[in-house]
Amino acid sequence: MAEIKKHDTPMVDELKGGPWPSFVDDIYSYAEKHQKQACFDLMGQLELSYKHKETHWKHGGIVGVFGYGGGVIGRYSDQQEQFPAIWAFHTIRVNQPASKWYHTSALRKLCEIWDHRGSGMLNTHGSTGDLVLLGTVTEQLEPIFFDLTHQMNMDLGGSGSNLRTPSCCVGKARCEWSCLDTQALCYDLTMTYQDELHRPAFPYKFKFKISGCPNDCVAAIARADLSIIGTWIDDIRIDQEAVRAYVGGELKPNAGAHSDRDWGPFDIKKEVIDLCPTQCMHWDEKEKKLYINNKECNRCMHCINVMPEALRPGTDTGATILMGAKAPILEGAQLSTVIVPFMRLEPPYDNLKELIEKTWDFWMENGKNRERLGELIQRIGLNRFIVDILGLKPIPQHVREPRANPYVFWKEEEVEGGWDRDVAEFRKRHPA
Amino acid sequence: MPTVEYKGKTFEVDEDGFLQGGLDAWCMEWVEYVKEQEGIQELTEEHWKVIKVLQDYFKKNGVAPMVRILSKVTGYPLKKIYELFPSGPGKGACKMAGLPKPTGCV
Repeated sequence: MAEIKKHDTPMVDELKGGPWPSFVDDIYSYAEKHQKQACFDLMGQLELSYKHKETHWKHGGIVGVFGYGGGVIGRYSDQQEQFPAIWAFHTIRVNQPASKWYHTSALRKLCEIWDHRGSGMLNTHGSTGDLVLLGTVTEQLEPIFFDLTHQMNMDLGGSGSNLRTPSCCVGKARCEWSCLDTQALCYDLTMTYQDELHRPAFPYKFKFKISGCPNDCVAAIARADLSIIGTWIDDIRIDQEAVRAYVGGELKPNAGAHSDRDWGPFDIKKEVIDLCPTQCMHWDEKEKKLYINNKECNRCMHCINVMPEALRPGTDTGATILMGAKAPILEGAQLSTVIVPFMRLEPPYDNLKELIEKTWDFWMENGKNRERLGELIQRIGLNRFIVDILGLKPIPQHVREPRANPYVFWKEEEVEGGWDRDVAEFRKRHPA
Repeated sequence: MPTVEYKGKTFEVDEDGFLQGGLDAWCMEWVEYVKEQEGIQELTEEHWKVIKVLQDYFKKNGVAPMVRILSKVTGYPLKKIYELFPSGPGKGACKMAGLPKPTGCV
């Protein structure tokens, strides 16, 4: 093995101090143990970037594996003579298991492959969800892909103008609020749309995210073009005995989440009733009983979050389907907007898939180059998207408030007499 | 910028193996060279149809066509394009046609 070259990194080394786990410590201790030049060179280039206050990666990079159009993010150093081990430093996205449950045997095996063929550095996980292998050279891409698929039974994640790797919250695996099996749905959608994930065919990227309840632990409403958020349509289940235990102080509000500060004894009126956004709750002090007018409840989760042992979501469950979230570029940031207020979701999820495929058909045909779904909806209008494209009925739940301006489009067939008018006819009644 | 020599010709390429000189530097030897790199056994008329469409579109519009336009004009579904060019329309076909490297969030 060639001699290892270590660089002086005084600024980077500063980040070894302090209580938080230090990525610098981690990378150096791994690099020393495995004698990885790529790690030392990466730290060297990072030091240079700290000094210059600019990146030292070149623009773009197009690499990949045969058969796929995405999954690998190509990267090259612009200081290749000084840092030859990161001349090429490609990132591989590996599709993670739903909610990121692992067995150590799988992670050990993956690490063995990565120790051997890559830099040894990982990102667990990328914000979209993938397990990210950080830094390898072009020649290793096909061998790594071979090992992943043949030894690990794992596949690449998505990148490019395609369906990106779907992700979900922990769901029913260990949360009493989950209104749907987020993991099963995430896995099903991932497997159903493998082609769309591996071979870019869209105008731009498209993301699915699935949360089991409106707490939205995977931030579906903010980070997915198609956000699936669990909810229910029957009544909140109340255990009055447990409510009294909260009021009496035997149970800690919010499962003790605020225990680090003295907020005084639990006050159900102040902390639950008065904070309910629709004011649909009532605590009867004499009866010692909690009432909820479920018809007015918007299922915001607050009361359930405060008294998890007393209140539970209903049993008639499904999800709200929202669409269009995106980051600011180009037309400004968007959160997803409600498209279907309530959809029951059971395998094989045909109702959801029909909606997805209708959306894709239209967006693929009408989306401009690099136009996210949210921008397409803005461009053509929510009404046209919901009614003409998806064939759904417009309902009040589709808007937060009605429009304030009077620039209302009508379809010609909705207006008696249509658009073809003769000005001469008009002049007969109104001479100029 | 690295260079590659192939059958007596010299090409300037970037790290990803895309032709630097663009369509002016493009020639039959380039196609032969990329063929080897991109895992293509035999160049058929179907390959050439894709290459021609890409080049014509680029000459006319100054950008590579979107995937669905390529599919529409050639009449080949995306699956077929991957059969022809295993790296796909971007890394495979555009490279062979001498078009600039795709950019953006890839």
